[in-house]
Amino acid sequence: MIVADRKPIEEIIGYLKDHKKILILGCNECVTVCEAGGKKEVGVLASALRMHAQKEGKDVEIDEITIERQCDREYLDEIRDSIDQYDAVVSLACGVGVQFTAEQYHSTPVYPGVNTCFMGATEKRGVWTERCQGCGQCILATTGSICPVARCAKRLFNGPCGGSTTGRCEINPEVECAWQLIIDRLKALDRLDEYEKLCPIKDWSTDRAGGPRKVVREDVQQ
Amino acid sequence: MKYPTNVKIVRVPCTGKVDVIHIMRAFEKGADGVAVIGCLEGECHFNTGNLMARRRVEQAQKILDTIGIGGERAQMYNLSSSEGPRFAQYATEITEKIKALGPNPIRISKNKAA
Repeated sequence: MIVADRKPIEEIIGYLKDHKKILILGCNECVTVCEAGGKKEVGVLASALRMHAQKEGKDVEIDEITIERQCDREYLDEIRDSIDQYDAVVSLACGVGVQFTAEQYHSTPVYPGVNTCFMGATEKRGVWTERCQGCGQCILATTGSICPVARCAKRLFNGPCGGSTTGRCEINPEVECAWQLIIDRLKALDRLDEYEKLCPIKDWSTDRAGGPRKVVREDVQQ
Repeated sequence: MKYPTNVKIVRVPCTGKVDVIHIMRAFEKGADGVAVIGCLEGECHFNTGNLMARRRVEQAQKILDTIGIGGERAQMYNLSSSEGPRFAQYATEITEKIKALGPNPIRISKNKAA
């Protein structure tokens, strides 16, 4: 999932200082799972903003809506009839949701309510870690299902480097060395001979180096 | 055994049920303070309900500080279910503390506007 973290409320208050009728728009997908932008977080943020406005003596109206996904037009259409009554929207979805909402509703300012961080997994409640950088050409088949692009600080394809000590990375002792993990995993799979094979130079044109990316599937298009 | 009459009790099955939003809504509706009173730490029937409640109260305190309501208006207390006098003591303690802080700033601005 896409992992996001809450933005400081002060920052959001700053965006909204000139708006009178505001919609806090949550998303029921990834940001709900990482407890940054689901229905519950929408409620807490809306309540905090309402109280702040009341305390400042400002006449501000704040509504809360959480839709299934903000990265799909069919769900964003659910707010089409009501969007015109708002001066501004705070989207608690990831950066994709914020942009897609703004694209659908051109004349309404849409502000981000979270900081979008990475594609990752839930280690335990309250701890999420990065697993994928969406490089567009998956090599997990050759690395024991552990990604050196996302998990090695140097993105090495033939590691480890000299900074790997007792299974930890030199950038931070809390970070596991991806290549140590790869070697351990290949050993467990009895495929350590694959580690001997040199990984060829990767084509980074499918990564961000080739500019914004697009996936086109003619077979499923309507 | 006596405790201040302005304390309104909201019963929950376990303090683990109390979420940040419940504390926020209480303040939004004009409460001057919120005390979450749970079982003693380490003695939760559901193991960690009261520990989670403490973290949520702390989270609510941070938000209340940020928006200028004052985090010290929300407090977490622990006691065992048979300690009636201690409940009364905590109720008195939070009431005195909140009285010293004054009314919820939202109510002050509402009254000014009216």
